[in-house]
Amino acid sequence: MTAYIIRRLLATIPVMIVVALFVFFLLHLTPGDPAAVIAGDDATPTEIEGVRRKLGLDRPVWEQFGIYVWGLLNGDLGTSIFSNLPVTTLVAQRLEPSLVLALSTLLVAVVFAIPMGVVAAWKARTAVDRIVMGFSVIGFAVPVFLVGYLLIYVFAIELRWLPVQGYRPLSQGIDQTARSIVLPAFALGMVYMALIARITRASMLEVLSEDYIRTAHAKGVATRSVLLRHALKNAAVPIVTVIGIGLALLISGVVITETVFNIPGLGRLTVDAILKRDYPIIQGLIILFAGVKVMVNLMIDISYTFFDPRIRY
Amino acid sequence: MTALATATAAPAAAPASSDTILSVRDLRTQFFTRDGVVRAVDGVSFDLKRGETLCIVGESGCGKSVTALSILRLIPRGAGRIVGGSIKFEGTELTTLPEDQMRKIRGNRISMIFQEPMTSLNPVLTVGAQIAESLHIHQGLDRRAAWDRAVEMLSIVRIADPKRRAGEYPHQLSGGMRQRVMIAIALACNPKVLIADEPTTALDVTIQAQILNLMLELKERLGTAIVLITHDLGVVAETAQRVIVMYAGRKAEEASVEELFRNPIHPYTRGLMGSIPRRTATGRRSNIRGRLQEISGIVPSLREEIPGCAFAPRCSYAVDRCRTEQPPLDPHGPYHLAACWEAARVAATPR
Repeated sequence: MTAYIIRRLLATIPVMIVVALFVFFLLHLTPGDPAAVIAGDDATPTEIEGVRRKLGLDRPVWEQFGIYVWGLLNGDLGTSIFSNLPVTTLVAQRLEPSLVLALSTLLVAVVFAIPMGVVAAWKARTAVDRIVMGFSVIGFAVPVFLVGYLLIYVFAIELRWLPVQGYRPLSQGIDQTARSIVLPAFALGMVYMALIARITRASMLEVLSEDYIRTAHAKGVATRSVLLRHALKNAAVPIVTVIGIGLALLISGVVITETVFNIPGLGRLTVDAILKRDYPIIQGLIILFAGVKVMVNLMIDISYTFFDPRIRY
Repeated sequence: MTALATATAAPAAAPASSDTILSVRDLRTQFFTRDGVVRAVDGVSFDLKRGETLCIVGESGCGKSVTALSILRLIPRGAGRIVGGSIKFEGTELTTLPEDQMRKIRGNRISMIFQEPMTSLNPVLTVGAQIAESLHIHQGLDRRAAWDRAVEMLSIVRIADPKRRAGEYPHQLSGGMRQRVMIAIALACNPKVLIADEPTTALDVTIQAQILNLMLELKERLGTAIVLITHDLGVVAETAQRVIVMYAGRKAEEASVEELFRNPIHPYTRGLMGSIPRRTATGRRSNIRGRLQEISGIVPSLREEIPGCAFAPRCSYAVDRCRTEQPPLDPHGPYHLAACWEAARVAATPR
């Protein structure tokens, strides 16, 4: 197992090199002179030259790449063109809200979706099942921003239970953070709830028709225990896979949700950087997101062994 | 079966007495499919005495397994249900028993072993945990005590190194060992009745005998009555005291093992016996042409109501009456029942 994890970690190196290469040449693949692009439309040739020197674009490409990778290895993601702050600093400032939002979303989705899927499978082809699946279709179909505005209207404006927008950091108390994150988490979580509930139902339905479920009934095991102890653990692998994929997809969802709810997180940082063409930030974020995805994948693969003893690495 | 047939059957079959632990009367189980109603069990009655072995034989699809599942009320909800008849276990009517009461009987007083040891155990739970679960549910043993008893059960079913095996998962065990584990689960709570549905069919021939012997030995030790469902007449001859031959969801013949093998009456039973390979003392096959006899034709669709004898379309003795009127189970000797209009003519024909 330890050997497997080490092997998998080593295997991430080529992946990350490819990502770094892509990210590096992103700048060079943009049409025209990157320095001129960065300097803006009405920059003088001297200014462009200044930008070029500042970014090291006057050096040979391979040397530039070497410098870039060396920087990455030393935890240097570059410096923002506009704010002149290190990208790592910018990311660190924005990390908390995004992390809290992503984890809360996942928590909300999993906590609601798995019981929904289990009940739907247990009561397959009944009204309960149809309601859950109907909800799932709606969850897929309705875009995040619509759900977001709807939740704001009902719970913040009409009922006044929760704040309309904004984010309260954890340093101001976890209850404040929780109040500020509930609506965004539900808005963003809707589609994952739908996805996870659907997969849970399908996976459970398959497992419930297995012989060992009949054995469990024949032993006199209560329904609840048949569903949770005997069936759910067997159904877990596809569910965990989808949760992992969801976590990866969450990053794009975070951007919209943070905009709707005015949360100063990584999503907003990304959008702002793209609009301002602040390439170092974009590059840094791509590297960061790629790293997160690789790690999530590894964690998912390792979690399989916990659910299914037949899977060994 | 008609009401008349049940009435005739009851006195000839072992009368329900204190000796009888399980009593099935006119059981009817049907499945509701898109193409119509399937009469999987169509009026079956039998009694099981304490500590005896009763075999139910028949081809695939004759209703043997459905009878077994009906007794434990394990027919999948939505797919089918018991539509009539009675199942009495130690005087308690099971067909109308509330589900929570039924659960206390399953795996505790009446246990079941299934055909497929490869898929009947939960792949993500250790075998020890799967045995301990029954003990925990029915005997209220705590985790520790249930586990110790599970290990003990593994040694009772003769699994070597039970302590280590208890912590293993089903995929680490061979088919024969898995069936031993199934037996351990089934017998963990000392049930009064064990229903074994083709317990050896999926196993190698050498393992089959071991598993059967183990079951019979434990049956003696624990005083459990066994309902053994099989299509293998060889198994019947070796294990049972009494035999029920089923065909198309109905009982065709019932007798003691000796009686049935010496004097099979129903043409279907005779057909079954003709299809077992046998050797004479000289080692030659006893059949005249040296070939196995098959029963021509196919099992009838249970979707249509069969007015006469279900076997009539395949039966060489069949007369018009067989196709229109269902034959009652008539007594043919002290303990021998057969549902055949032409029994006399069949009996007169040498096998």
